[in-house]
Amino acid sequence: MIRLQDVRRVFHQGRPDELVAVDGVNLRIEDAKVTVLRGPSGSGKTSLLALVGCMARPSSGRIHVGEREVTSLPEHFLTEVRRRTFGFVFQQFHLVRGLTALENVMLPAYPLGGSRKELVLRAQALLDRFGVGGRSRARADWLSGGEAQRVAIARALVNDPQVIVADEPTAHLDSKLSAGFMDLVAALRSEGRTVVIASHDPIVHESAIVDRVVAMRDGRIVSGTP
Amino acid sequence: MKRPHIPTWLERQRYLLDFTLSSLGRRKGKNLALASLYTLVVFGLSSVLMYTQALRGEALRVLEGAPDLVVQRMVAGRHDLIPADRVERLSRIRGVQEARGRLWGYYFDASAKANLTFLVPEKFWGKPGEVVIGEGVSRTRLAAPGDPFPVLASDGTVVVLKVRETIPSVSELVSTDLVLLSEPDFRRLFGVPQELFTDIALTVPNEKEVPTVANKIRAQIPDSRPITRAEIARTYEAILDWRSGLVVLVLAAALLSFGIVAWDKASGLSADERREIGILKAIGWDTSEVLAVKAWEGAVISLSAFLVGLLLAYVHVFVTPAPLLAPVLKGWSTLYPSFRLTPTLDPFLVSTLFLLTVVPYTVATVVPAWRAATTDPDAVMRS
Repeated sequence: MIRLQDVRRVFHQGRPDELVAVDGVNLRIEDAKVTVLRGPSGSGKTSLLALVGCMARPSSGRIHVGEREVTSLPEHFLTEVRRRTFGFVFQQFHLVRGLTALENVMLPAYPLGGSRKELVLRAQALLDRFGVGGRSRARADWLSGGEAQRVAIARALVNDPQVIVADEPTAHLDSKLSAGFMDLVAALRSEGRTVVIASHDPIVHESAIVDRVVAMRDGRIVSGTP
Repeated sequence: MKRPHIPTWLERQRYLLDFTLSSLGRRKGKNLALASLYTLVVFGLSSVLMYTQALRGEALRVLEGAPDLVVQRMVAGRHDLIPADRVERLSRIRGVQEARGRLWGYYFDASAKANLTFLVPEKFWGKPGEVVIGEGVSRTRLAAPGDPFPVLASDGTVVVLKVRETIPSVSELVSTDLVLLSEPDFRRLFGVPQELFTDIALTVPNEKEVPTVANKIRAQIPDSRPITRAEIARTYEAILDWRSGLVVLVLAAALLSFGIVAWDKASGLSADERREIGILKAIGWDTSEVLAVKAWEGAVISLSAFLVGLLLAYVHVFVTPAPLLAPVLKGWSTLYPSFRLTPTLDPFLVSTLFLLTVVPYTVATVVPAWRAATTDPDAVMRS
């Protein structure tokens, strides 16, 4: 369970261009469920997603991951929580150019050490699972949009995280690939993983596998609380 | 429940180094250009330092065998031959154990285009008509033991001597241009009368007495010039330091321009590199891990350039006859027959070069990465 209590995220605080991206949000994200943050562009979903995934600290308020209060953790410990608990899938996929698909999948595991052989096997198994095993030696810049996304999902899972956080994962996919993505989300959910997605794509938030849709506007939750 | 794997420092560094090497490979062009330029600077700088240091070592080795005090006669401010009766007079000065007249001089060998040093040793082991030659002389004149050794005497006649043997030496500089011969041959070749010597060498057993003895000589024989071993050493040092200083000054300009290029290349992160740092942070890398990768990157480039540059400089100075530096640093002695320097590598010199090159470069790569790496990992989500 991830709990957010009266969380605010303000950019350029105190300056003329101050922007309140997340404004007093209270939210509980339940384990092993699929939660979708829905809202128009600029509604604060990506900022909220970053806070949920411990990628950013709130300007005020508290966040609990499980029983642990994470807002006051020093950077090093917060990173430790982030990489052991969360896997991320980004809108632009953000694969490292020039590295192979396999190396991209292995990347989040490098700071964790461990046997290289095991890591290669684990990464290859994930690529196989998402149907891109044959492309493991291909450089990231040679992958198609659909392949890149699957590699990005494999990368998000390499450290076996409990929570998958995805930001507009279908923004660059056609309807068929988007539906395929939701099938993968269903598979992750059936493994007992928590999935949090920020998306304004109807294919995502109208999907039958989604447990809860939280609607946002102007940094606030307008429906779907708590 | 499965306990999380706690990575060892070594495991982590191995992965980071792996990633570093692949990063370097991905930006091959830029990194190779930088490393080559870097190698060139290290090569130039270490060549000069190694060369002057080796020359200094050679010079000191020469001085080890030099007499405590040498007395020359001065005429109108120029070195002139010294009367033989002064040997007796000088040996009577308190503190002097022994005085010995020496005969030596230079001979320009037009065929070899080299200056040779002719010297009558204290005890010449050959017979009159024979010479013992240094390795450099043997090389330039293609003269082996038993071969004739023709020399143009001061009266215009050609005197043909015979090579008895060549002298091997630890320091080629000491003996390379040397021709040892008997006193009668020397006097005949250079037309030096019996009652004159080139200079007089004194043995003064008590080192502290040397300056006092020198003062006494100046007072008793006003047209003499006593030269102590310490003075010769100082002159060598001054000349070498001045010459190497001159070259280092020229190199400093190169170093400065390299510094600017390196700083620009290393410190200015490309958009691609900044994006990559953002991704690494976003997928769970810590700031310290990103910095470690950048530090490794800087260290790999600078360390390999440093080692290659140092190795090339070593080959240039000690294996080849330093064709790029010899004309400047050896000065008049380029007229010597070629000689090889005794290879030495001073740890102090290596560590100074290391500190001057590797450390600043590595810092220059880490600082901008630190700026990029300390941004929030969610920046990548907003890009």
